[in-house]
Amino acid sequence: MGRAVSSPASKFKPGDRVRVKFEDRPGHIRTPWYIRGKTGWIERIHGDFLNPESLAYGRDGLPKRTLYLVAFNQADVWGRSAGPSDKVLVDIYEHWLDPAR
Amino acid sequence: MSDTPAEAHGHEHPKHELSHYAKRIYAIRDLLLEKGVLTEKDIQCQVEYQEARSPANGSRLVARSWVDPAFKARLIAEPKAACAEMGIDATAINEFVVLENTATVRHMVVCTLCSCYPRPILGRPPDWYKSFNYRQRAVVDPRGVMREFGLNLADDVEVRVHDSTADIRYLVLPLRPKGTEGRGEVELAKLVTRDSMIGVMDALSAVPE
Repeated sequence: MGRAVSSPASKFKPGDRVRVKFEDRPGHIRTPWYIRGKTGWIERIHGDFLNPESLAYGRDGLPKRTLYLVAFNQADVWGRSAGPSDKVLVDIYEHWLDPAR
Repeated sequence: MSDTPAEAHGHEHPKHELSHYAKRIYAIRDLLLEKGVLTEKDIQCQVEYQEARSPANGSRLVARSWVDPAFKARLIAEPKAACAEMGIDATAINEFVVLENTATVRHMVVCTLCSCYPRPILGRPPDWYKSFNYRQRAVVDPRGVMREFGLNLADDVEVRVHDSTADIRYLVLPLRPKGTEGRGEVELAKLVTRDSMIGVMDALSAVPE
């Protein structure tokens, strides 16, 4: 994977453990249902992007949100894993993430 | 839009009824034309632009990476700049990330929310990529999906499924097949299938007859 993008305002850094918020609300959401409430770690900071939850309704997408590549062990997501180190990696915006131990 | 059966409103519908979404698309197209937002020519140009892009762009990038380690390093570090070097326009992609397969790590790409796909590099996604079946199973049972494409991985290989839910578009850089030493870039590019760049299978070891 390429260069690590630095985002001076980012709340998390690679390696930090995070838990995806378990929220359910109507509207345009980019956090898949299956990953809500799951715990993983920051793999990479993708950078700051316009917020799609605002853009979807014709608004300006500001303020920009930091987007992370978040890694999860398959076993932590599904309770089982075909290979011992298999992972699922999801791009998640910062406002969906809480710090975790 | 009404789903009333044909017999209930006095006229017959064609045997091959358009789907709900097809009807909606045609209605939107007609409105855009009627209101002068788009012309027939605009639509035709866009269709041609979409059709002109194909996995051949991706195959060229991968083949060049196999023969030129310095190019591979640039493709991984700055994918869009590496595309520009090859005359491939990747500017339509917001952020482009290349995932390099190794003997011990395999990547696979899905968009569980819709059908996000690196179109400038790979053209239009195959229908199966957009199917609910693939989108559900890719994250739950990636090895099962790979097996159906003919790829059997040992348990100690790490499988990394990327769910491209946001602004990032992913391209898998498949392993160079064994026994292809000494082959040229053009010949190698023929081994790089679309599916190997989505990550559900390896590159071919020989050009199919």
